[in-house]
Amino acid sequence: MDKLTLDSIDEMTHLDQLEAEAIYIIREVAAESENPVMLYSIGKDSSVMLHLALKAFYPEKPPFSFMHIDTTWKFKEMIEFRDRKAKEFGINMIVHSNQEGIDQGINPFDHGSAYTDIMKTQALKQGLDKYGFTAAFGGGRRDEEKSRAKERIFSFRNKNHAWDPKNQRPEMWKLYNTRINKGESIRVFPISNWTEKDIWQYIRRENIDIVPLYLAKERPVVNRDGQIIMADDERMRLEPGEKIEMMKMRFRTLGCYPLTGGAESDADTLDAIIEETLGAVSSERTTRVIDQEEAGSMERRKREGYF
Amino acid sequence: MKSLLKFITCGSVDDGKSTLIGHMLYEAKLLFADQERALELDSRLGSRGGKIDYSLLLDGLIAEREQGITIDVAFRYFTTDHRSFIVADTPGHEEYTRNMAVGASFADLAVILVDAKKGIITQTKRHTRICALMGIKHLVLAVNKMDLVGFDTKIFDEIKEEFSRITTEFQFESIQVIPVSATEGDNITKKSPNTPWYKGLALLPYLESVDVHSNDDVKPFMMPIQRVCRPDHTFRGFQGQIEAGSIAVGDELITLPSREKAKVKRIFVTDQDRNSAHAGQPVTIQLDREVDVSRGCVFTKDNDLQEADSFSATILWMDDSFLTPGKDVLVKVGTKVLPGTVTKINHKIDINTGNTVTADHVVKNEVAKCEISLSDGIVFDTFEKNKSIGGFILIDRVTNMTSACGVIDEALQSTDNADRIDTEITRDVRAQQKGQQPLTLWLTGSVADNSALAKEIEKRLVSRGYHTMLINNSLGESVRQIAGYATLLNNAGLIALVLAGTTNGNDQAIAQEIIGQAFLPIDVAVNSNSIQEAANAAVKIVVKALIQV
Repeated sequence: MDKLTLDSIDEMTHLDQLEAEAIYIIREVAAESENPVMLYSIGKDSSVMLHLALKAFYPEKPPFSFMHIDTTWKFKEMIEFRDRKAKEFGINMIVHSNQEGIDQGINPFDHGSAYTDIMKTQALKQGLDKYGFTAAFGGGRRDEEKSRAKERIFSFRNKNHAWDPKNQRPEMWKLYNTRINKGESIRVFPISNWTEKDIWQYIRRENIDIVPLYLAKERPVVNRDGQIIMADDERMRLEPGEKIEMMKMRFRTLGCYPLTGGAESDADTLDAIIEETLGAVSSERTTRVIDQEEAGSMERRKREGYF
Repeated sequence: MKSLLKFITCGSVDDGKSTLIGHMLYEAKLLFADQERALELDSRLGSRGGKIDYSLLLDGLIAEREQGITIDVAFRYFTTDHRSFIVADTPGHEEYTRNMAVGASFADLAVILVDAKKGIITQTKRHTRICALMGIKHLVLAVNKMDLVGFDTKIFDEIKEEFSRITTEFQFESIQVIPVSATEGDNITKKSPNTPWYKGLALLPYLESVDVHSNDDVKPFMMPIQRVCRPDHTFRGFQGQIEAGSIAVGDELITLPSREKAKVKRIFVTDQDRNSAHAGQPVTIQLDREVDVSRGCVFTKDNDLQEADSFSATILWMDDSFLTPGKDVLVKVGTKVLPGTVTKINHKIDINTGNTVTADHVVKNEVAKCEISLSDGIVFDTFEKNKSIGGFILIDRVTNMTSACGVIDEALQSTDNADRIDTEITRDVRAQQKGQQPLTLWLTGSVADNSALAKEIEKRLVSRGYHTMLINNSLGESVRQIAGYATLLNNAGLIALVLAGTTNGNDQAIAQEIIGQAFLPIDVAVNSNSIQEAANAAVKIVVKALIQV
């Protein structure tokens, strides 16, 4: 007869359930996929993903590499954080940039949506193809955007890395199908079912280190079309009439500094961030400049291979 | 900490599922202000004359907005003071049954909508059956549009009674019937003054309080192994998620299928050293001795788990191609993936009525009872007892599509696969086994010139997964003889490539008559600058023909 210990009758909290689901998925991919990689974007979701990967295989190290697609326009603090974490955990961190794009001087000021395509989407495809990765973990969450809400946890991509929303593989129970033909790949989203609030609560519960840019601090910023953009280095270009001011502010998402809007905030501790998130009046993606085009823009980009 | 409830909503197109969830989120103040603003803005442009169209919150895909229906499962997340929720909004059309099944497989509870004006309809029965098949134990029947029938208690009672009749054949643990109006908000977040005769809770308070806790944690311990963890030569641990029961350091467990006994030396729950662990937790278990265990094996304390290499099952076919007996598949049960064959279709089940229908093939969105044999034994349990090793998926060996999902009904006694196929082994069965249509490629022109090309075409076909055989008429045999050989190969399910030699139109007519529909003449001399180009052109013709056959 089973011993009914106190442990065994404790109901799991919803964070425990989300963690268990993510770990199950990460282990399935490691066991079944030929050459998986975990994409690492240095943001809070990536920090949670890295933490989950470390927990999933303990006492072993994660049996796959991590890859950062570097547009060369990330915040300085992000790059410093990435290198520090890779060293601290002893993981293999691949950094890939689109060298052609760099050589052509592609930048977020002059090239708009072409910049995102060349330095992010194309760079990602290059990186995946270069190393022949058959499965790539991503930190996408279904609460971020409407087309993500309909994407499977195991999202199949054809040889051109394109997603076909009308022909998704049925995903039943926990029986994930990782099989692909040569040249095809899958994107795997272990934290699909987490919300922004879950991410923050988990970061607090697990004491996960995050890039300090998430915490409010006095920073040099420019107010551009209602977005608060940080002047992170000397490459920041000012429009006529703009001037750099100091503001106590923080970021809800992190990306390329000229394209990432922050918000005025006093939340300089995790608890304050969580309180701010719980009472948030805007959803997270309003601070991403590229999402605010027309309806369905994210779905269109993903069909073309955006992560 | 709060618990988590995963539920789905299902109903037909006009029942207002998306509106129901949208309204729940809106009224419970669970939207971000920018979403709320966008909704009000979208609604102003919409077809409802400026009144808020709550369904716009959920129908996210471009195609869905164009067609005004829900195609795929949309997941939404919200938290109230009492519970966290994940809701999957599923499509109602029969042609999207598989997408509804995806949502149902993930949920603990289903909210089924009916239109009070129409009552229980065929789709209600279908949705109820799919929920039962996928293992949902708790139902809410939301009788919607009560405002349009004047909140008539008689209409509500009739629907409630009929629903109770159609659910008696299933083992649902709880069923709640609630009168609502999704557009007007009656009984959505709070009790409506329009239904004083309804004594139960409004929908949201009901969802906040319903107990869907399974008894997995008091069952005997069971864990399928996901992977073996070997950081160095001193440590060997087995990683997986405990699916039932609990385990403590010092407990004895049994390994399956190797049937060895070992004691638990150490347990990690994720990266934490613990004395015990229970159902739902991801663990790494170290044993006190070496055992023959790898991915796909099962740890248990229970000797009741079964082992078999063939079983009968109820499946939902989800692939565009037909299922016929002899279909080769990969079967995934728990963490084990094995080659197998659907050896027999016993009968179909009419998904709307539950009636048995005889069948020799199954098409997309149909439910069938069938028999499956595997290349090796697997450890399993019935779906009723252990969902995690009682449910399975079938994967197409050529396309890798998840072709079906199913639940194991029982093990079959025979262990000899050959004995299990009770249909006649025909040309179709052999071809199906190879996942192709038989075809004869009739290459005319000089044998000497074309043999390199034929080999090139064959290489390309084989690399695409086709099964082929090349006939080289170097001995100058008659057209009739060669066509006879080709037919034989076609009957074996193969694609025959025939180097026919120099032939005239009459010869071709004879060959076509003998070979029949599978005959595909290819004139290779035409437009061929190089062997590579000619081979590419020929393969294109073949692939096109294979799709059309």
